[in-house]
Amino acid sequence: MKKSVLALAVMGFGAAGIAHAQEVVVKLGVAAPLTGAQSHLGKDIENGARMAIEDYNAKGVTLDGKKVKFELMPEDDQADPRTATTVAQRLSDAGVKGVIGHLNSGASIPSSRIYDQAGIPMISPASTNPKLTQQSFKLVYRTIANDVQQGLAIGKYAAGHLGKKVAIIDDRTAYGQGLADEVEKAVKAGGGTVVGREFTTDKATDFMAILTKVKSKSPEVVVYSGMDSQAGPMLRQIKQLGIGAKFITGDGGCTAEIIKLAGDAIGETAYCTQPGLPLDMMPGGKGFTERYKKRFNNSEVQIYAPYAYDAASAIIEAMKSAGSADPAKYGPAIAKVNFPGVSGKVVFDAKGDIKDGAVTVYQFKGGQWVAQ
Amino acid sequence: MDILLQQIVNGLVVGSVYALIALGYTMVYGILGLINFAHGEVLMIGALTALQTLGVLERIAPDLGPLAQLAIALGVAVPVCMTLGFLMERLAYRRLRNAPRLAPLITAIGVSFLLQTVAMILWGRNYHTFPQLIPTTPLEPVSGVFITPVQITIVVVSALMMAGLLVLVNRTRLGRAMRATAENHRVASLMGVDVNAIIGATFVIGAGLAAVAGVMFASNYGIAHYAMGFLPGLKAFTAAVLGGIGNLGGAMLGGIVLGLVESLGAGYIEHLSFGFLNSSYQDIFAFIILGLVLIFRPTGLLGERVSDRA
Repeated sequence: MKKSVLALAVMGFGAAGIAHAQEVVVKLGVAAPLTGAQSHLGKDIENGARMAIEDYNAKGVTLDGKKVKFELMPEDDQADPRTATTVAQRLSDAGVKGVIGHLNSGASIPSSRIYDQAGIPMISPASTNPKLTQQSFKLVYRTIANDVQQGLAIGKYAAGHLGKKVAIIDDRTAYGQGLADEVEKAVKAGGGTVVGREFTTDKATDFMAILTKVKSKSPEVVVYSGMDSQAGPMLRQIKQLGIGAKFITGDGGCTAEIIKLAGDAIGETAYCTQPGLPLDMMPGGKGFTERYKKRFNNSEVQIYAPYAYDAASAIIEAMKSAGSADPAKYGPAIAKVNFPGVSGKVVFDAKGDIKDGAVTVYQFKGGQWVAQ
Repeated sequence: MDILLQQIVNGLVVGSVYALIALGYTMVYGILGLINFAHGEVLMIGALTALQTLGVLERIAPDLGPLAQLAIALGVAVPVCMTLGFLMERLAYRRLRNAPRLAPLITAIGVSFLLQTVAMILWGRNYHTFPQLIPTTPLEPVSGVFITPVQITIVVVSALMMAGLLVLVNRTRLGRAMRATAENHRVASLMGVDVNAIIGATFVIGAGLAAVAGVMFASNYGIAHYAMGFLPGLKAFTAAVLGGIGNLGGAMLGGIVLGLVESLGAGYIEHLSFGFLNSSYQDIFAFIILGLVLIFRPTGLLGERVSDRA
């Protein structure tokens, strides 16, 4: 079934090619979970990228004297590392000139190797694990702030606004531990002291023992680096032990779920961070939301659409400046792009991370997370 | 000082839950020599059934007081788990009673997976919020120690259940039959004991205790999910071995000791190891103690009959 559709699509391209002999079709891949629990986020990425290429198609892009029409090839990685590598291979074989994706760090990291071998640039609009851009793959980029930048923001905010005596707890996962290490550095750099560093697991529910120990150090801030499923019960136990410290957690706990799990134990002393800016604070945010709603039947921007828009734009801008859609020719130009995107200025650093990636701090107010 | 006392309180609370679960392991082991690895899953089913019941109650009788709600939730969860325990024994273990001992053990692991998967299908993979029916706001601290009503309830209920079980085993006809069956199935049946019924009853009682433990666990931490039984199950199994598996008093002692060791271990491991180890090693601490106990007392703290069983 899928094959026949693809064949039809190819025939369609062929027909279009005959009609406009001068128009060259350039295919860009999108890889994200388009089915399953995270499909709304995956669709967000696909739509963002689609808006970008439609904008460029409307404006008209000419590469090497020929008019170019961009086409999107969306693939479903199901948020699964193994499916992601299959999808990456399929996109490479289909001859896409660049990939916008993936969403999950766990999918992006193994896939990046495949794109690297195929020589195709990949720009993730959503994966925040620092490792993604530390593998010294030349053509791997991201348009969202990574966890180093996020950890820095947490530490800076904690030491700067919440209190100097900070206790850090992490869940010993790659994400939790990595983030906590960055927080610790930033707290010290910000003039704070780390009075305790405790550990739990991503399956634990009882934190009474470590929290009691944390309490003995009388911290002003407790940082939890992990997911909401632990952060929620932890907030309850912080209350049970009468610890009066403020609480801040990263994007793993910056969810609606934690509000449910913490019950009445979450209050205005709870903070969290999220890479990126809330839509209404983005330079191109307002117009983008409206256009997005109009284009996609009133669906709302979730989180990643602006970053996907910027990722697709970065690829096309690089093609324009190199005058070619050949990855070997335009790939190096991605490192030099510099243009105002929807989420902010799009400039990459030497590793491929977005420069000055924004991180937003939220405070719990009136039953929800409110951007600070 | 208050920190030490607080850690002891933490340990007692966790320990009494372990003890309650450990009883189920130890009762089954005492009678069948089987380690029922699916026991932790019974706890999970108990908690999720109670959660489901509470959801229904909210719709049909929203005016009910929290204690009445809790009583009804327990009233549903306990029989459901007892039925589950009975079915587990009847369908999975009875046929394997005379099989080589590895077969029932593997079956138990299989049953555990099965129950987790079924729960995942029924209730999804998400963490569910368990309503706080017993207040979790700490009482006025006594010499710096914070205790919540739910924690007190856990310790008291566990103590009552354990006392009840001891009376049942040592003072009733059923208990005598259970002890006889544990001694020797064949001789017990020659004496007129219905061995199959007694073994069934053992599973049912153990499952009932696990259901209570599950509901208390969920109301203390405010969450319930399909994999919640695994970790407490494993810890309770450790507690049963520590106390001497097959021995009721041992399971209780083992549970409390394990709870205390864990809590104090997490709190003081850094001091005790001169900063070399931190709280990510809190579980080793418990297992070092377990190892030491088993080296010097292979049958556990109060154990008996392990050598001819294990």
